[in-house]
Amino acid sequence: MPTPSAAMPAAGQPAPDFNLPATPDQRLSLTQLRGKPVVLVFYPADWSPVCGDQIGLYNELLSEFARYDAQIVGISVDGAWCHAAFARDRHLHFPLLADFEPKGEVSRRYGVYEASNGVSERALFVLDGEGIVRWSYVSPIGINPGADGILDALDALPGKSGRTP
Amino acid sequence: MSRVIALEADDHVQGPRDAGLVLIEYGDFECPYCGEEYAEIKAAQQAMGDALCFAFRHFPLRQAHPHAERAAEFSEAAATIGRFWEMHDLLYENQQALDERSLTGYARQLGLDEALIQSAMNGDFAARVQKNFSGGVRNGVNGTPCLFLNGRRYDGASDTASLLQLFGEVAAR
Repeated sequence: MPTPSAAMPAAGQPAPDFNLPATPDQRLSLTQLRGKPVVLVFYPADWSPVCGDQIGLYNELLSEFARYDAQIVGISVDGAWCHAAFARDRHLHFPLLADFEPKGEVSRRYGVYEASNGVSERALFVLDGEGIVRWSYVSPIGINPGADGILDALDALPGKSGRTP
Repeated sequence: MSRVIALEADDHVQGPRDAGLVLIEYGDFECPYCGEEYAEIKAAQQAMGDALCFAFRHFPLRQAHPHAERAAEFSEAAATIGRFWEMHDLLYENQQALDERSLTGYARQLGLDEALIQSAMNGDFAARVQKNFSGGVRNGVNGTPCLFLNGRRYDGASDTASLLQLFGEVAAR
């Protein structure tokens, strides 16, 4: 029985932990990223055109995210080998996690699993260094949400970039 | 999620800045979709005349397009002698040849002297390009080409006919 979809964790709530394959032989858990802001990017699929643009855009912005010491992580239901091929093809320099087995379990835990198509929704979460959700956004599945919301949320984190929220 | 944006003093524009229709494109000289959009916008500009102001801002996707950044910098070098738009057009009409040797050739063709070409090769215009890029990210640019009409991001069809229809609708408001 698949895990039933939970509600999206609201701002101020702890982000559900996960431990997913980042490569065919390595795993990444959310707790490993504690201490730095985390940008979670749930997306429907590797290779689909809109995702490609969205993931490609974030790949262009790694230096911007680095200014906040933030780690960006992509999550979809594609398998680790698929992610590896996609990352190699697009020269991606950030981890793509495989929410593959049990399928979509982490996406369900974040309330962003689209059961009818069996994929993650196009959803963004910005977590602070303590793993608390500070901002989230679900985009219509065909629309690339860009990065402005993410950067605004990173700006609003206390103690980051010298600005106050 | 995108913002409402306005022309800035250092924007490269064609047409009157106070036109009723202001179209801003964030583009990448190596992006094939931008190459297609180049022709669509040019035709729309010809149809609209002075009713349309068109501005171009840089959004080079450097990881995907290895020549895009340098091409953008060369267009800024050309801008210092008033030849931005000639370079913009040359680059879009020669998207298959944007290596540094080709860029240098286009620059000479437009009358950039060797010192200015060297300056472009040294990255002296990188900050100007980056300013456009960073601003674009903040403005909600989500890929290229990305169009803003009268300050608002436009995600619809952008062939000439669709643009002209859109311009008509916006102008009638």
